[in-house]
Amino acid sequence: MDKIFGRPKSLRDIPTHYCSGCGHGIAHRLISEVVDELDIRERIIGVAPIGCAVIAYDYWDFDCCEAAHGRALAVATGIKRVRPEAIVFTYQGDGDLVAIGCAETIHAANRGENLTTVFINNAVYGMTGGQMAPTTLLNQKTATTPFGRDAKSAGYPLKISELLAQLSGVYYVERVSTDSPVKVLAAKRAIKQAFINQIEGKGFSLVEILSACPTYLGMKPTAAVKWVREEMTKEFPLGKIK
Amino acid sequence: MRNQKLVPKVEILHRETSGSRRSSYKVTAFGKTRNQKILISGNEAIAEAAVQAGCRFYAGYPITPQNEIPAYMAKRMPGIGGVFIQSESELAAISMVMGASAAGARAMTSSSSPGISLKQEGISYIAGAELPAVIVNVMRAGPGLGNIWPAQSDYFQAVKGGGHGDYHNIVLAPSSAQEAFDLTMFAFDLADKYRNPVMILSDGMSGQMMEPIVIPEDRKNLLSGICCLTSEKKWAVTGCKDRLPNLVASFRMCLGDTEKLNQHLQGKYKQILADEQRCESVGIDEAEIIIVAYGIMARIAKGAIKTLKAKNIKVGLIRPITLWPFPETQITQILKHRLGRVKYFLVVEMSYGQMVEDVRLAVNGKAKVEFLGRAGGGVPTEEEIIKRLEVISDKL
Repeated sequence: MDKIFGRPKSLRDIPTHYCSGCGHGIAHRLISEVVDELDIRERIIGVAPIGCAVIAYDYWDFDCCEAAHGRALAVATGIKRVRPEAIVFTYQGDGDLVAIGCAETIHAANRGENLTTVFINNAVYGMTGGQMAPTTLLNQKTATTPFGRDAKSAGYPLKISELLAQLSGVYYVERVSTDSPVKVLAAKRAIKQAFINQIEGKGFSLVEILSACPTYLGMKPTAAVKWVREEMTKEFPLGKIK
Repeated sequence: MRNQKLVPKVEILHRETSGSRRSSYKVTAFGKTRNQKILISGNEAIAEAAVQAGCRFYAGYPITPQNEIPAYMAKRMPGIGGVFIQSESELAAISMVMGASAAGARAMTSSSSPGISLKQEGISYIAGAELPAVIVNVMRAGPGLGNIWPAQSDYFQAVKGGGHGDYHNIVLAPSSAQEAFDLTMFAFDLADKYRNPVMILSDGMSGQMMEPIVIPEDRKNLLSGICCLTSEKKWAVTGCKDRLPNLVASFRMCLGDTEKLNQHLQGKYKQILADEQRCESVGIDEAEIIIVAYGIMARIAKGAIKTLKAKNIKVGLIRPITLWPFPETQITQILKHRLGRVKYFLVVEMSYGQMVEDVRLAVNGKAKVEFLGRAGGGVPTEEEIIKRLEVISDKL
């Protein structure tokens, strides 16, 4: 019998450290599948974030480099500029990419760095214990918005993808989700496109992936996924933005 | 062959600037000629030395008084296949250097005091991930925004860590444009050798001052590797072709592993302390008073020593070239051989007393340690040093 489905070569066979229902595992796997399909495992260099995915490199079986919180795109810029033949990507959460690393994100994008960014938006800080993220929805309760996010004191969910799409240096921005098998397949297509863009030297590409964090949404995995589908997508509509 | 080494040709440019004639000098090409003397500022000497040491990645953010370095790099890098990036911030610049270094390139950033404070995040990560990198601090007056006048007030920050965690920078203190050139080249070798950040601690006066320097013809022989992407960096992230994947990171997930990393780092620092202490000593064998000063301050002190020699006051000088590791061995050796005869150490700094703490630790009560310092743009003058030495001399 032919084997038609298996573990990607670029994904290591180790137990996951992520919580039940977390979207990181899906995103890690999609990247690995794309790396295998594009046959770029020997060219790829990943830049890992600070956050729940800090040890993403434990799962990926290819070269990786750490960055300080928010500085992934600066580190990736350094790598790519001295190794233009390498395929360099950052994997960043909402706190990393949109809050503390907002300047690095905007400027790397604005320079049109030929990089790929996979941005996991789960509307909450996971590793530090469920604090408000820049992408936390209005009225969403977190450890630091115990009465719900109030725009008067905590501002609004920051739509970085729409913001980046305005920049001339940005080639491709798409928002996808992991809330259903069909959406996961669409997410994979977007990630693949973002890597193909880099291979073809098109410039900065970013894929925003809406992802569930059941632990800090205080929901069961199925309810958290439903929340992403029904609540998050209202604020963060899916589709190609640029 | 001695006449065939590559040294820069210098083009002298004159331009009229609001009535006054101003000259600037730029290195335009590298010809095969003998040792050549060129006139260059301390800042530009650092930049050119970096290029000649094989640095092919520079990222930085403008701040006075070091702006000549990024400007020089912006002109010089494109012609040699190097990368220059004016970053959006110091935080980004040091992280770009981290990325370039992780990918195997010789990389440098430069700034001045307030900017170096911002770089501490990345420096700590670079130290933790054991990456080579050269960081230049052309010190200005602090604290806060301070001002653009020269100072030596970042000694603590440079030699005691600066960022978080138990780590050390190797810190080199040039006292002339020539030494700025030589030590910058050396810095890249040290950084690669120990996989550790190396800081060049200069100051606004040394950076701006133009001096003649000689680029020795046998310079290349001093280098461990002139290539910007050395194949020896087996740890670098380059794409895992024909090998297992590499990881560059300071993070250790498991309990005990971060302690192991720290123990490893401490072992490295111990070796650096044993092998890399450097200083210049002048008139030590006769001295009853020894001045300890570094950088431009040491040159001012040399003038004072010359004057006092004529008055038969026996003053020597220890000029630390490595601030970390601090040349404590030299001080303990002097005290061992000349105990009781060296009665005073006078530490002179453009600060309110930073290096003096390391001198006190090295002297360990075996002689008196006095301090003379000014900061915030004030520079102790030759006259002030002479005056203080005469007071000390009267107490002998």
